[in-house]
Amino acid sequence: MEKDIPKTSVKKTLLKLSIGAVGMFVFAVFLMPPLYYALCDLTGIGGKTSGRYEVQDTTIDTSRTVKVQFLTVNNGSMPWDFSPKVTEVRVHPGESKAVAFYAKNRTSKDMVAQAVPNLTPINATKYFHKTECFCFNQQPLSAWSEIDMPLVFIVDKDIPKTVNTITLSYTLFDITDSANSAEFPVAQLNQ
Amino acid sequence: MAHGPAKGIGRWLFTTNHKDIGTMYLWFSFAMFLMGGSFAMIIRAELFQPGMQIIRPEFFNQMTTMHGLVMVFGAIMPAFVGLANWMIPLQIGAPDMALPRMNNLSFWILPFAFTLLTATLFMEGGAPNFGWTFYAPLSTTYAPPTVNYFIFGVHLMGASSIMGSINIIATVLNMRAPGMTLMKMPMFVWTWLITAFLLIAVMPVLAGAVTMMLMDINFGTSFFNAAGGGDPVLFQHVFWFFGHPEVYIIILPAFGVISHIIPAFSRKPLFGYSSMVYATASIAFLSFIVWAHHMFLVGMPIGGELYFMYATMLIAVPTAAKVFNWISTMFRGSLSFETPMLYAVAFVILFTIGGFTGIMLAVAPADIQYHDTYFVVAHFHYVMVAGAIFSSTAAVYYWLPKWTGKMYNETMGKVQFWIGFIGFNVTFFPQHFIGLAGMPRRYSDYALQFSDWNMVSSIGAFTYGAAQLLFLYNVISTIRSGKPVSEPKTWDGAEGLEWMVPTPAPYHTFSTPPVIK
Repeated sequence: MEKDIPKTSVKKTLLKLSIGAVGMFVFAVFLMPPLYYALCDLTGIGGKTSGRYEVQDTTIDTSRTVKVQFLTVNNGSMPWDFSPKVTEVRVHPGESKAVAFYAKNRTSKDMVAQAVPNLTPINATKYFHKTECFCFNQQPLSAWSEIDMPLVFIVDKDIPKTVNTITLSYTLFDITDSANSAEFPVAQLNQ
Repeated sequence: MAHGPAKGIGRWLFTTNHKDIGTMYLWFSFAMFLMGGSFAMIIRAELFQPGMQIIRPEFFNQMTTMHGLVMVFGAIMPAFVGLANWMIPLQIGAPDMALPRMNNLSFWILPFAFTLLTATLFMEGGAPNFGWTFYAPLSTTYAPPTVNYFIFGVHLMGASSIMGSINIIATVLNMRAPGMTLMKMPMFVWTWLITAFLLIAVMPVLAGAVTMMLMDINFGTSFFNAAGGGDPVLFQHVFWFFGHPEVYIIILPAFGVISHIIPAFSRKPLFGYSSMVYATASIAFLSFIVWAHHMFLVGMPIGGELYFMYATMLIAVPTAAKVFNWISTMFRGSLSFETPMLYAVAFVILFTIGGFTGIMLAVAPADIQYHDTYFVVAHFHYVMVAGAIFSSTAAVYYWLPKWTGKMYNETMGKVQFWIGFIGFNVTFFPQHFIGLAGMPRRYSDYALQFSDWNMVSSIGAFTYGAAQLLFLYNVISTIRSGKPVSEPKTWDGAEGLEWMVPTPAPYHTFSTPPVIK
């Protein structure tokens, strides 16, 4: 009774569909995350600022002033003090500006933190360049010690005319458990 | 000629017969439906009055999570796979599914998957408590240790669904009776063919999402961990890329069932068959490009909000085509209202209400108010319960005489329908009001002004729950002592190959394929 069933074409269908299913898994794990980050980088959505910036053009556009505000957030129950030294600066596009953020480890154990930036409005993300930032590295801090952490940035001269205020927020994460303590000797890095 | 079923438990463990496997899927799904339903009863009992009454908030969170997971993956999906196993070979004139051994495997994975999932209720740390959408980092950094069981459970369910879908596609594409072209296939077969493609496309994405969670939790990667350079919003994109097609996976086979029942009890052919096929395909395509309407509040750029808003509203067009076709089928038909038809008509009305609230939710600026409130809960229960559950109940009443050779008690069926229908609406209609008034979902307690409607909603829920026990009674008493029927066509208006085989359907059917003119 089974001789009517076209065995070879069933096998062909099975093979094609299995390849499709495996392909979608690969797509989800190996392609979706890179695509997502590429899209975020390209458009600035998500407010992720990019990595270290190399200055090419040092001219300053003194005709404009942009207000840059700083915000800090402690993730979850992160027990550090964490705040900007100044909450707001006014800069000309093209001008290099240095500010600092204060952090204090309010616990009796050595900890490692990671600050993650987020910037609004999103159409300013691509025009906010950091030449130096504490967020580029993990930040170890021994028990009860404190630190001023640097941020040097330049607002691009091509920033859209509609952007007058930029808000840069940092969220501080406790990564003591996952940080490789051998790689970041706490005593040596602290001042 | 063909032999009958094997004896004893071995029949069920080793069966490759599509009818046996369909039956097991349906019973398994009903068991899961009762379990998920009892979780819902606990939720509604706790919400009967404000304040903490019966359970602790931690357990409440486990209940909402398990209710969602069990109902979506354990009750609704296996119910339709069971119907597909039973009906697709009968409707296309095939002797069995194309891959019968894989069919057995894809069913027998499920009890293990759900044992893994529900065993977490008895483990230290409790069951998953992060909602059925398991957003990271709630499901990674802050998850109970049992999350690993959940992940493997989801992997198993995904494997089962993918195998089931491959089987359905292989059957439909290769084993149709001679003369049955694609555009002559019954609607249930069409909707399942499209659903199976959706499943193969997105179940691996769900597997990918939980795999990334597994890596984040156990192997130190940072897919969804912002501190390590990942992004929790990425999780929501991956999840809803699966999750939105998933809701159509759930509802498309329901459309198929309704497209059989309404013509049968209107005694007219389905109005606009080809537009039904194209509408189903359009809905399936659109389901892939609208996922971020679940995420209007993550901080999307305005362009994204507008795109996802309009694309979502576009789905209303093919869906409306279907609703109008059902209404046109009934128009000037010779209608009668047996239980399956009552369910089908209730489906059309209630699903349309759920569709309308869906359009309200699609409006991005309005969604800011509706997001994560009971309005959303009301919306998706109108499409999930009144859509998927009503239609699978309708399917059981409609095909039960064919399966068992016994007729159910019509009065009992109607009583069960009306208790369920009233219970359902009393439960979920008030949730629109308390949602619009601002009651957030997934909390074990609420502000006092929501008390009255919550009490009404809980009473409705208990009523609806009781109706399901009556449904179980109806099915069992039909099997045990229903009036025997033997004419091939149970319903005089019903059309299709399944009504050409004897009643009850013999163990082996269409050993020689019928010829379709």
